[in-house]
Amino acid sequence: MTSSTLPAPAAAPLAADPVLRRRSHGDMVFRGLLTLAAVIVPVLLVFLVYELWVGSRLAIGEFGLGFIGSSAWDPVTGKFGAYPLIFGTLLSSFIALVIAVPLSLGVAVYLTEFAPMSIRQPIAFVIGLLAAIPSVVYGLWGIFVLIPFLRSTLFPFLQGTLGFLPIFDGPIYGPSMLSAGIILAIMIMPYIMSVAREILIAVPASQREASLALGATRWEAVRTVVIPYARTGILGAIVLGLGRALGETMAVTMLIGNRHEIAASLFAPGYTMAAAIANEFTEAVGDLHLSALAYVALVLFGVTIVVNAAARLLIWRVARGSAAGSRAL
Amino acid sequence: MISSTSRLLGAALLGLALGCSPGDAPKDGAPARATSGAGLTGAGATFPNPIYTKWFDEYHRQTGVQINYQSIGSGGGIRQFTEGTVDFGATDGPMTDEQIAGVENNVAHIPTVLGADVVTYNLPSLGQTRLKLDGELIADIFLGKVTRWNDTRLAALNPGVALPDQPILVVHRSDGSGTTYIFTDYLSKVSSEWKERVGSATSVSWPTGLGGKGNEGVTQQVKQNEGTIGYVELIYAISNGLPYADVRNAAGNFVEPTLNSVTAAAASADLRAGTDFRVSITNAPGEAAYPIASFTWLLVRPEPTDTAKARILREFMTWMITPEAQRMASDLHYAPLPMPVIELVQERIGRL
Repeated sequence: MTSSTLPAPAAAPLAADPVLRRRSHGDMVFRGLLTLAAVIVPVLLVFLVYELWVGSRLAIGEFGLGFIGSSAWDPVTGKFGAYPLIFGTLLSSFIALVIAVPLSLGVAVYLTEFAPMSIRQPIAFVIGLLAAIPSVVYGLWGIFVLIPFLRSTLFPFLQGTLGFLPIFDGPIYGPSMLSAGIILAIMIMPYIMSVAREILIAVPASQREASLALGATRWEAVRTVVIPYARTGILGAIVLGLGRALGETMAVTMLIGNRHEIAASLFAPGYTMAAAIANEFTEAVGDLHLSALAYVALVLFGVTIVVNAAARLLIWRVARGSAAGSRAL
Repeated sequence: MISSTSRLLGAALLGLALGCSPGDAPKDGAPARATSGAGLTGAGATFPNPIYTKWFDEYHRQTGVQINYQSIGSGGGIRQFTEGTVDFGATDGPMTDEQIAGVENNVAHIPTVLGADVVTYNLPSLGQTRLKLDGELIADIFLGKVTRWNDTRLAALNPGVALPDQPILVVHRSDGSGTTYIFTDYLSKVSSEWKERVGSATSVSWPTGLGGKGNEGVTQQVKQNEGTIGYVELIYAISNGLPYADVRNAAGNFVEPTLNSVTAAAASADLRAGTDFRVSITNAPGEAAYPIASFTWLLVRPEPTDTAKARILREFMTWMITPEAQRMASDLHYAPLPMPVIELVQERIGRL
């Protein structure tokens, strides 16, 4: 009865109805706020790059692209080059991934597929806590606990068994590229583990059940069904960890030995871009020195973009591959 | 989505690291703060931060004048002073002629206290005996030319001391620092090869060794590795009970680094009326002078834009060189200024 007395909604123009108009005002405000929030971040990014570029103009003019390939770093004579820093950033992050990826994926698989229900949450919670520890605390722990252990136990063992490899050759000091890689691995593990675990949980139970029903063991189900299903997400988790490792500053500075040099041995000290900026920015007095540090930051930004773009590309190709695979099935 | 988040995170971190790049410094909140109220704002060296904090706190209690000090490092102090975002700067290394030209000579260096570096080492076989070194030898060790502890030159300076047959591992500061400035300034004076190959600055291109972050980073590496040698601030070495070497001074005496021998270095420096105080007191000529020492300075403007603030700053500096304030410095293990220097500083403040 009431419906017959109301005009058909389409008949009344939206703006004519005060209630609807008020509602659409609210929508517009909400929409505007969200757009603003979405726009601020890219604008901030552009602004940051611009500032870095302005700050590094002097060094760019002085050294050009040769900066990237040069190994000099002498604030007294004003000669700067970022090659050992770029190398150190990439190598320490690579070491971190080599250690952290198998470990954190192993933990994630264990927690979603094998562990008793009662311990899944507590273990995930404790590992997640690792992410909340400030990096300077990791650094201090590294100096007081990790380095003495590495120098007295792990490094001599590696040298004794694998010393014929150049990467495990040479004198052992403690602070080194490998020490920095290990602390980075510990720091990025919780990120990779947490994200990978969420993604494995999201794999539909039907997938597992189907493969188990076909006679697969649990290991086979994980290997052939669960992980392939989740692989793009797992790659994303690894990229998140890599991003963290590339930019990490404090803990690395405290453990890497800060030597502006490229050495074959992982026991030798090295340096990273972020560590050099953190070390020298506050006391850099010369304009060129400051500018060179800004240039290093710009290069770090570039390296991060390149690495992330490469990772995106990899994820995209893997995602396309799996789609094709499922079609073929 | 994840990777773009991490990319932005990376950008944000970069932004933090470069938050006070030269381009945007004048735009931050400092100028507004500096012109509001009766308080003063200063920024600069980290080394004298404990005594400055103590002084500003005590001065606030006595006079009600509020002085904010940000210990952001000497380089940052000079930059902010040059850009006019602070009422005074503080630095461990004097401004260069070029930098002074950049502020149109409108700067006066006012020494506050003294700092010194000690050479610390890890040689358990020495026991309580202190190592004896001279400048030339320290330079050659840090150049990587003297590489073993039982080197004949080390043995010649330390007769009867059991020096081990061990390689010398050099540890230096990795972060730019006034400590490094003092140390390399000294080595440049005593070794022509050091002056040519390395030079002096807050960070230099080290020919050998490991870099530790901060006094604590160097100390840890020295403590953990037998056969290491490094340099740290005197105050840090005293308060952490580190072993340190006696160093032969310009007069030929082996001098233990103490507050007295550091003050003696300043007393023997060649300072006359009308000095701008930009003098290095490393390798000072005094009989009892410890050779690796330096002033640390406040940077103030002789021709201020804000005369009211300049008066407050002048009053503070006059208070700072009273025996009472200088005694607070020695309580915190800073070597106080010697009497002749205090008279010169007084005279300089009077002319501001």
